[in-house]
Amino acid sequence: MQIEVRELGYTYSEGLPFATTALEDVNFTIPGGEFAAIIGHTGSGKSTLLMHLNGLMKPTKGCVLADGIDINEKTKEAREARRKIGLVFQYPEYQLFEETVLKDVCFAPKNYGFTPEECEEKAIAALKLVGIDPDAKRDVSPFELSGGEKRRVAIAGVLAMEPQVLILDEPTAGLDPKGHRDILNMVEQIRRDRNLTILLVSHNMDDAARMADRVLVLDKGHLAMNGTPREVFSHHKELHEIGLSAPSSSELLYLLKEKGLNVRTDIFDEDEAAREIVNALK
Amino acid sequence: MSKETVIQLKDVTFSYYVEDAEGNVTTNNDVDVKHSEKRMALDGVTLDIEKGSFVAIVGSNGSGKSTLAKHLNALLLPSSGEVLVCGMSTADPDSTWEIRRRCGMVFQNPDNQLVSSVVEDDVAFGPENLGVDPAEIRQRVDNALNAVGMYEFRKKGPHLLSGGQKQRIAIAGVLAMQPECIVFDEPTAMLDPSGRAEILKIIRGLHEEGKTVILITHFMEEAAQADRIIVMDKGRPILDETPAALFAHAGKLQELNLQMPFGASMAAKLRDLGVDLPEGIITAERLAECLCR
Repeated sequence: MQIEVRELGYTYSEGLPFATTALEDVNFTIPGGEFAAIIGHTGSGKSTLLMHLNGLMKPTKGCVLADGIDINEKTKEAREARRKIGLVFQYPEYQLFEETVLKDVCFAPKNYGFTPEECEEKAIAALKLVGIDPDAKRDVSPFELSGGEKRRVAIAGVLAMEPQVLILDEPTAGLDPKGHRDILNMVEQIRRDRNLTILLVSHNMDDAARMADRVLVLDKGHLAMNGTPREVFSHHKELHEIGLSAPSSSELLYLLKEKGLNVRTDIFDEDEAAREIVNALK
Repeated sequence: MSKETVIQLKDVTFSYYVEDAEGNVTTNNDVDVKHSEKRMALDGVTLDIEKGSFVAIVGSNGSGKSTLAKHLNALLLPSSGEVLVCGMSTADPDSTWEIRRRCGMVFQNPDNQLVSSVVEDDVAFGPENLGVDPAEIRQRVDNALNAVGMYEFRKKGPHLLSGGQKQRIAIAGVLAMQPECIVFDEPTAMLDPSGRAEILKIIRGLHEEGKTVILITHFMEEAAQADRIIVMDKGRPILDETPAALFAHAGKLQELNLQMPFGASMAAKLRDLGVDLPEGIITAERLAECLCR
């Protein structure tokens, strides 16, 4: 499913003395099946943007189109389109509430009126997708799981809706390095298995560079950059001006270049960067 | 002993599960823990923390870092062993309040730590509860807000601030208690890179002013700034070294699911490729200096 954002604007408390513009004239298109990373400083409008992408917030200007359908229309098609856009909030495990893992994952499909059998089928498929063994864990209370498992179950709750677009707001926040890698590998696996369009909000430039086809940079409610990781991270100086940076390898290469070493700066992989440095030193 | 010890742990164990004489299992301190985790959250921890030092505690999720932190100001009491803060045992109920005043704590989520709707009232909350004289409270609040660079926000509502700013207010609230020691339990986990940098700068500043700082973190770049890093695994400190010495064991850290700081990991890769580099490189800046000499 393709997501298109057209001249999107949002002003909090519009018309009141405290009116604050959170988004202004944001335009981008993410073709179906693409992996996009959204980066930006706190307060850049990332969360406001995310909430517009599945209709949780309604734009004060412009629109959001899913495969050409304006998701804020009051039609059956628009409602159906919204259902296909799944949003995983930050710390999604705080939203677990049911008595058992299976019931929790079934909650959304149940609300959309699927039969109990259909709900269970969808929930079991979703649990498998996030790497939770449905046979072992279905009747366990979600509150007895480890932190990493809870987060997976919460994500399964969104996947049970069988979305075609998956939006994740910093899914690795608070996890240790292994948990971090595991969740990102899971996202890539889900994307391959279900051919989803992915939007990932991240503060980690290394992850964005490694995983994304496209990087969107938000700054003060505006879309400041939109391109491949290579294009976006070549704007080193501009990124620093808005409080962001390039991936660590690239940052080191920029530092070396400044000191007079003749190296390429568009390398995001540590091993490749190491080889580039060795070659330049010869 | 030349240096004064602020915190002393003597063979401390702690389990979130308590079994009574009939074998009934209940949870300790009303904490919600999974049943499979009936093991010891802390399993024989003996440590001394010197006055004025900057100690980082790292370890994977579930290694006991936060449980350890909560022992340092009597939020949790050891199942066996003893924790002494400035010579007072945390098990002694008469010392609890004095221990909490001397050893302040900053947690991960700033939203869980702010209690008032005005920044300066929030910072005043601690000293007010201690019954400090109002004129002195005013002075302490102003000093604390200045120390974290938030004085100009004193009349604002905390809900209008960014995560990094809220965390600075939480730190000011602790500073207003005039503690000797501050424990930071993953204070930057919910912040963006610039928020993290802000908080780290404040933590370093507090250390330079002579406060004892204990920093629990997943970010090795942050831990690398301490004088000493303690690595926890399965409820025990298994490594206790200076950052430079610790990052020399790349393989060991990987086994423990810990990540080397970028500079150290890149230096190791370059050494493998035959580049001659001095030991002890931790930051990218230092690495670049060594490469361009």
